[in-house]
Amino acid sequence: MAADSYRSDTGTTTAPAGNGKESAPRRATMAGVVVLVALVLAIGLLEAFQPGGVDVSSLTGGVITFDTTVRIGILTIVVVGLNLLMGYAGQVSLGQAAFFGLGAYSSAIFTTRAELVGIGSGLEGRWWWPWLVMVLGMALTGALAYAVGRPILRLRGHYLAMATLGLGVMVTIMFRENLGLQLDTKDITGGSDGIPGIPRLRVGTFEIWPIERYYYLVWFLAIVGILLALNVVRSRSGRALRALHSSELAAETVGVDTARFKVRALVVSAMYASIAGSLFAHFRVAVSPTPFDFLASLELVVMAAVGGMASVWGAPFGVAAILAIRELVRTRLDLVIGGAGGEQEAVAFGVLLVLVMIFMPEGVVVRVKEVARRWSR
Amino acid sequence: MQRVSQRPTYKTIVSVAAAVAIVAVILALGAQKNFGPQQYGQLVVAGLGAGAIYALIALGFVMVYTVTGIINFAQGAFVMLGAMIAATIYGDASSGDAVGLVIAAIIAILATTLVGVAVERLTIFPARNADTLTLIIITVGVYIAIQGVGLVVWGTSAKAFPAFTTLDITDGTLRFWGIVLKTQTLWIWGTTALVLALLTLFLGRTLTGKALRACSVNKEAARLMGISPTRMSVFAFGLAAGMGALAGIVLAPATRPIYDMGLKLGLKGFVAAAMGGLVSSPAAVVGGLLLGLTENVAAGVTKSGLKDVFAFIVLIAVLLRKRGIFAAGTDLERP
Repeated sequence: MAADSYRSDTGTTTAPAGNGKESAPRRATMAGVVVLVALVLAIGLLEAFQPGGVDVSSLTGGVITFDTTVRIGILTIVVVGLNLLMGYAGQVSLGQAAFFGLGAYSSAIFTTRAELVGIGSGLEGRWWWPWLVMVLGMALTGALAYAVGRPILRLRGHYLAMATLGLGVMVTIMFRENLGLQLDTKDITGGSDGIPGIPRLRVGTFEIWPIERYYYLVWFLAIVGILLALNVVRSRSGRALRALHSSELAAETVGVDTARFKVRALVVSAMYASIAGSLFAHFRVAVSPTPFDFLASLELVVMAAVGGMASVWGAPFGVAAILAIRELVRTRLDLVIGGAGGEQEAVAFGVLLVLVMIFMPEGVVVRVKEVARRWSR
Repeated sequence: MQRVSQRPTYKTIVSVAAAVAIVAVILALGAQKNFGPQQYGQLVVAGLGAGAIYALIALGFVMVYTVTGIINFAQGAFVMLGAMIAATIYGDASSGDAVGLVIAAIIAILATTLVGVAVERLTIFPARNADTLTLIIITVGVYIAIQGVGLVVWGTSAKAFPAFTTLDITDGTLRFWGIVLKTQTLWIWGTTALVLALLTLFLGRTLTGKALRACSVNKEAARLMGISPTRMSVFAFGLAAGMGALAGIVLAPATRPIYDMGLKLGLKGFVAAAMGGLVSSPAAVVGGLLLGLTENVAAGVTKSGLKDVFAFIVLIAVLLRKRGIFAAGTDLERP
C-alpha cells in the first residue's frame, strides 16, 4: 500500500483508547468547542453592538462581510460531511455539490410549489413546514445517496471520482432541465432561473431573520454537526472507516463490512450536504442551478483539502480560508494588478489548489499543527 | 486471461435483450415525433461527427493513462488552448488565407504541447509519489488554472475560426438522401483516422513508441532496460496535449471556441476512453464514436437539453461494468 498521507488527525490516531477518566481526545474536543463557540460569539457580538462603529466588514477592510460568515457556517456543514467521506473513509466525491443542491431544491420546491408535486398547499403557510421539509430533504437525499452508493462505491480511485463527477453533473442538468420532464404546465425546478420566493424560517411567529439571528442558527447547526462527526470518528464505525481507508483488504480480513461502511459514510455526508443546502435556500430565499454545479463540487473538495482531509476541526478553517481568499482576490486584486477583475480569481484558485496538494496534501491545519508541535518541543 | 465460452451465456442474452429494448424505446419515442429514416440518419451523422472529436480527445487520455497511470483531467484544457490559440493567431485574417490557417494550427499545437510538458514538470513530477486522490485534485487544479488563464486572456466572448474547406465562417454542406453533412465533419473524421493511424505506427514501429509502451507494461522493468519513466511521462503529456490541441482546432469551425469549452469536452473524452477500457487507442476511438452516436440519438428522440445526462448514464454504465465495452479492457475496479 502506498504511503498514506491522510492519517494524522486531531488526537484520533495519536491517542490510545483512553484508559484515563478524561481521555486526551475528549479534552481536545472540549477545547475545540470552547474556541469555536467563543469565536462565533465574538463575531456575532461584534456585529450586534459594533463597538466604536467597528463591525465585521470594516474590521477586515471590507473583505469579509457578515454575509460571508454565514456562508462559512453553511459550507462548514457540507465540508464536515465530506471530511467523513473523503478523509476518513477515503472515498472520493467530486459531486458533493449535487447533494447540497438536492437539499436546497427540496426546500425550495416543497416550500413554494408543493402543490405541483401533489402535496396540499395548506401546509405552506405553517411555520413548521420548512423545518419538516428540511428533515424530509435529508431523508430524500440520504435515500438517493444510498441507492447510487451501493453500486458506485464498488469503484475505486479515478473511477469513483469520475462516477461521482458524472452523477453531480447529471443532477445539475436535471435542475436546469426541469428534472428531465417535458411538462410545460408543471415547471418544477424553474430552469436556469431557479426558484424565487422561498420563505424565511420561523419558529411560531418568531422569524429567524435578520441575518444576525440566522447566523446563530447556522453556526449552532454547524457546531452540532462537528460534534456528531467527531462522535462518528471515535466510534466503532469511525475506526472501521479508517481501517478501510488504509487497506480495504485488511479491513475486510478483520471482519469490517467495507461495502456497508462506505455506503454509510456516503449517506451521512449526503445528509450533511442536504441540511446545509436547505439552510442555503432559506438564507438566499432563492435557488438556481449554478451554486451546485461541478465547479462548486470542486471548491468543496478544495475546502476539505485545505482544512485537512481527515480533520473535522479543519473544516471551518478550510472553508474560511478559501472564501477569504476568494473575497480578497475579488476585492483587492485590482490594487496589485491594475484593472484586474474577478477573472483572475479562477487562476489563483487553481494554482493554490495545485500548490496545496503538492506541498501539503494532509491539509494546512494538520501541517501548521505539526510545525507548532516541532516548535514547542 | 482465458475466455473460452463460445456459446451464448446468460449475460450475453441479457445484454442482447437490453439492446433490443433500448432500440425499441428509441423507435417508440421517435415515432411520437414522427421521425423517419431521414431524421435518424441526420442524428447518426451528427452523432458520429461529435463522436470523432470525443475519440480524438480520448486518445490523449489513453496516452497519459497507459504511460503514467494518471487520468489527466486537464486534457479538456488542452483542447480549449488549441482552439483559442489558433483562433487568436488566425485573427481577422481575410477569408481564404489557407497558409495562415495552417501556420496558426501548427503554432497552436506546438504551444499547447509546451504547456503539456510544463504541466507535467511543474505539477505531476513533484507529486509523483502522491496517492490517487491527490493526483486527481492536482490535475483538476491544473484544469481550473488553465481555464482561468483562458478567461483572463480571452474573456467570456466566443471566438471564430474558419472552416477548412471554404476558409470562411460559413461552412459548405453536402446533401445526400436529404441528410445534411457539413464538410468540416469530413475533416474531423479524416483527422481522427489519421491520428489513430500515425499513433498506431508510432507506438508499434518506433523505438520511442516502444519505450512508451514498455513503461505502460511495467515501469520498473522499463527502467532496468534503460528507459527513463519520468522522461516518458513528459513525452506522454506533451503528446497528449498536442493531440488535444489538434482536436480543438478541427472542432473550432464547427463550434465557436470559448474559454470554458474544455470542461465538457474533457469529460466526454474521458467517457470515450473509459468505454474503450482506457488502454487501447482503437478501442477509445470506437468508444468515442459510440458515445457521440448514443447521446445524439437519445437526446434527439427525447429532449436536447438532456444530451449530457445520456453521456453520463453511458459513463456510469461503463464504469459499473468494470471494464470497457470490449473484453480486453483493463479492470476498471483497480486503481
